[in-house]
Amino acid sequence: MKLKRRLMGSWVVGTSAVATLTIIVVMLVMTASIVWGARDTISWEFLTAAPREGMTEGGIFPAIVGTVLLVLLMSIAGVPAGAITAIYLSEYASQKSVIARSIRFAVNTLAGVPSIVFGLFGLGFFVQFVGGGMDDIFSGGGELRWAQPNILWASLTMALLTLPVVIVSVEEAIKTVPQDLRAGSLALGATKWQTIWKVVLPNSMNGIFTGAILAVSRGAGEVAPILFTGAAYFLPHLPNTISDQFMHLGYHVYIMSTQSTNVDATKGIQYATTLVLLGLTVTLNLSAIILRSRMRGRQIQ
Amino acid sequence: MVSLAAIVLIFLFVFREAAPIFVHKEKPVRPDVVEEEETYGEEFLGEGAQRLSEESAGKPSVESSGSEGEASLSNLLSTTWQPVATEPKYGLWPLIVGTLKVTVIAIVIAAPLAILAALFTSSFAPRWSREYIKPAIELLAGFPSVVIGFFALVTLATAMQNVFGYQYRLNVLLGGIAMSLAVIPIVYTVSEDAITAVPRFITEASLALGATKWQTALFVTLPAATPGVFAAILLGFGRAFGETMIVLMATGNAALISWSILEPVRTMSATIGAEMAEVVFGDTHYHVLFFIGAILFIFTFTLNAVAEVFIRQRLLKRFKGA
Repeated sequence: MKLKRRLMGSWVVGTSAVATLTIIVVMLVMTASIVWGARDTISWEFLTAAPREGMTEGGIFPAIVGTVLLVLLMSIAGVPAGAITAIYLSEYASQKSVIARSIRFAVNTLAGVPSIVFGLFGLGFFVQFVGGGMDDIFSGGGELRWAQPNILWASLTMALLTLPVVIVSVEEAIKTVPQDLRAGSLALGATKWQTIWKVVLPNSMNGIFTGAILAVSRGAGEVAPILFTGAAYFLPHLPNTISDQFMHLGYHVYIMSTQSTNVDATKGIQYATTLVLLGLTVTLNLSAIILRSRMRGRQIQ
Repeated sequence: MVSLAAIVLIFLFVFREAAPIFVHKEKPVRPDVVEEEETYGEEFLGEGAQRLSEESAGKPSVESSGSEGEASLSNLLSTTWQPVATEPKYGLWPLIVGTLKVTVIAIVIAAPLAILAALFTSSFAPRWSREYIKPAIELLAGFPSVVIGFFALVTLATAMQNVFGYQYRLNVLLGGIAMSLAVIPIVYTVSEDAITAVPRFITEASLALGATKWQTALFVTLPAATPGVFAAILLGFGRAFGETMIVLMATGNAALISWSILEPVRTMSATIGAEMAEVVFGDTHYHVLFFIGAILFIFTFTLNAVAEVFIRQRLLKRFKGA
């Protein structure tokens, strides 16, 4: 009986340990295979040169620039909006009010919407409705300038996609600011808004950064929403205005590995591009995790 | 506030573009009805989608009506998806079957692994290793889906074909396995949270009664956290259902109906991703793709709502002893 129980025990612990190990090993194998495949191609030149010879040679500089521009525009649009929503939710709204609850509900829903649906929305709303409307106003409907996929619509779509990420982490950060600080500020005669602006916000900067970083990492990695809102297969020049299309690392990987005419010749480039993308998102995520754990540490003290 | 507006807008515009296919139906609906009230659109299309799936479950092989270019209901329920043929067929059935196949495989692989891992981290793992395992799996959540898709397409596909020696390089099994990589972090995180949220006094009582650590974990902690674990699986299901890039790259994208897991398949999300770029604006095909998007939306929305109810209410009620 005792032996049986002990055997059973080690079996339970063993299986669960193996499961955990499997996940981590698979993750490492995946990373290693990408690094291994990219070992010959990746170089400084690869990062800073434009594609040549019908994309079979050269680098991925335009895709890097495109990705960076995308996440920059996305953050400019998304992070302030998300932060304001978070401040409203945690500082102003009473937790049981209908508005606060429906916003919370909307945020949760938004977080669960498949990314491809965001793409459809971007196409239907930004490109056709807003873009079409802007074309009608500015050029009398004659010239097609805004009513087509471009980097602005892509980043706005992406901003919506990342909104829940920002809201959740900013809210979490605001919650770690001790009530005593708020009470102290209010007792000194500061108004509620002054308290938020001078006390709460500076103290939750870490969280806002974490939110922004997570959003950027998500935005850099998602491809489905930009498939038809602005990403381009190949562009001879970098995007000049926000109504240009752009190249994107993830889209580049997708196109090169599935649609390109000579898939085998570009294997190295595909691996290297994937590695750059993976490196980017993993670095961002790691720094977010570290920032967050520091924040939690402060909360305990 | 912004997010509230955003969600309303998403409701509106995805459904607005999907709505015209219903105009041709037996019950005409003006698109502007959908525009006015978001709930209208949701309920109406929700019923539509539900009715659709019910009917298609009832009689899976409705013949295509052959109406040219129009997405009548019978056309949507037909078994062929040939949107660019001279006589376009918009049968959603193969896509639904395909999506379900990939999703179920992904869940069958991901759920046991993730839940066991969650149990391990919260109950058995030594403290120092916990600090590393959790962030590591959270890091997996940060892997872009296109990277997972690429890994499946290039490395895993060849390796698996060499091992199993099946005919098609890209197939459901491969897509499901790749998808499970994307699902594991979600199921893991949510069920780990649920297990950790089980109050200490419950586990301590069990230990005090002489139960061993693993008995407590398996027979006390895990059952107490069941609603949360169930919610985790639902959320994972929703994620797998809507995920696009992985299936787009790893499943071969052939709209066939079969129950074999070694054949290529096309899912709903991949269909949108692959065909939207080439479609003519305002075409029936275009509206059908938006309709697929609306189905995806409603389905994931429902799953998330149910999961939310499970997490919030059941779990809280149980721990409060009510």
